[in-house]
Amino acid sequence: MAEASTGWQSELYDALRRHDVTQFAYVPDAGHRVCIDRSLADKQVHSVALTTEEEGVALACGAHLGDQRAVLLMQSSGLGNCVNFLAMVKGGRFPFLTILSMRGDFGEGNPWQMAMGQATRPVLAALDFVVLEATTPDEVVPIVDAACNMVWKSGQAVAVLLTQKLIGAKAF
Amino acid sequence: MAYRLDRVTAVPALIGEHRDFLLIGGLAGAAKDLAALTADGPHFFGMAGGMGAAVMIGLGLALARPEKKVLVATGDGELLMNVGALATVAVLDPPNLSILCVDNGHHGETGYQKSHTLRGVDLEKMALAAGIKSTCTVAKQADIARGARMLRASKHCSFVLLRVKPTDPPKVKRLMNPADSRVRFRLGTLGRA
Repeated sequence: MAEASTGWQSELYDALRRHDVTQFAYVPDAGHRVCIDRSLADKQVHSVALTTEEEGVALACGAHLGDQRAVLLMQSSGLGNCVNFLAMVKGGRFPFLTILSMRGDFGEGNPWQMAMGQATRPVLAALDFVVLEATTPDEVVPIVDAACNMVWKSGQAVAVLLTQKLIGAKAF
Repeated sequence: MAYRLDRVTAVPALIGEHRDFLLIGGLAGAAKDLAALTADGPHFFGMAGGMGAAVMIGLGLALARPEKKVLVATGDGELLMNVGALATVAVLDPPNLSILCVDNGHHGETGYQKSHTLRGVDLEKMALAAGIKSTCTVAKQADIARGARMLRASKHCSFVLLRVKPTDPPKVKRLMNPADSRVRFRLGTLGRA
């Protein structure tokens, strides 16, 4: 991994907490490591480890039915596991936030990752997601703030992409 | 194990006073069971798609509303589509979440094709192996009282497998638009959209 500074990861968690996100759903992932670890250490939130990413979509819908805010942290490869449940988000007009650490994109060295990485934006577009992309550390927090406003004030489904320009491409 | 009970009478007998719960109904038969029981009520979110989502919607709701009892009714087919959710639920063990799996051994909605449970898969054992601490199987009338107690009064997240014969769920008209269902549930249970 081309190790970039990860201070923004902790700031990302703080931003989500400022927006009152209290359910953190994830499949373990290096790109989201700090956020996941902080949710595990935070007694004020539910840290929900999933067996597959689609569980997190349904969890977020249930959280909304109970008036809590959830975020789904996953790799772009996990998006492919979620499609039918993301259609439920669209059909039900659920407010929904996911943050994707990108694979299969800028500088990817693992050919297994390429197809889903390149399909990520078209899949999100097909489901009417608002897509915001972070490419530098200093834009992560403003983008997460913007995303949270669109999700919980305007009722949108929003995907924040943490690009490989930001998180680096894993070395193979 | 025999599939003898009728879901039309066994589901209401197990749930009892439905207003004591926030209710999630997985597609398709289980949502019809709950729609009939609640007269498609405002404390019920019933699904006709999103197969495999019911248990996790119930988990998100149970975590958000710890003061309320949440009951997810789902079918064997719906649960099998995302059976890993039992493991996700078990490691958190929310005591206010109860899962009722109405197992008729078939995919009723698509023409009663045999499901895995009829061919030997035991979903109660899978729930138990996933780590859910309160589980039981209800296969005959005499089992219903125990199952009802477990759904209502367990100190842990509970899982009740209800074995029923492969006959239709109640015929019921229910709200089918998922966005309207979402808004109705929030208005009915939170007082705001």
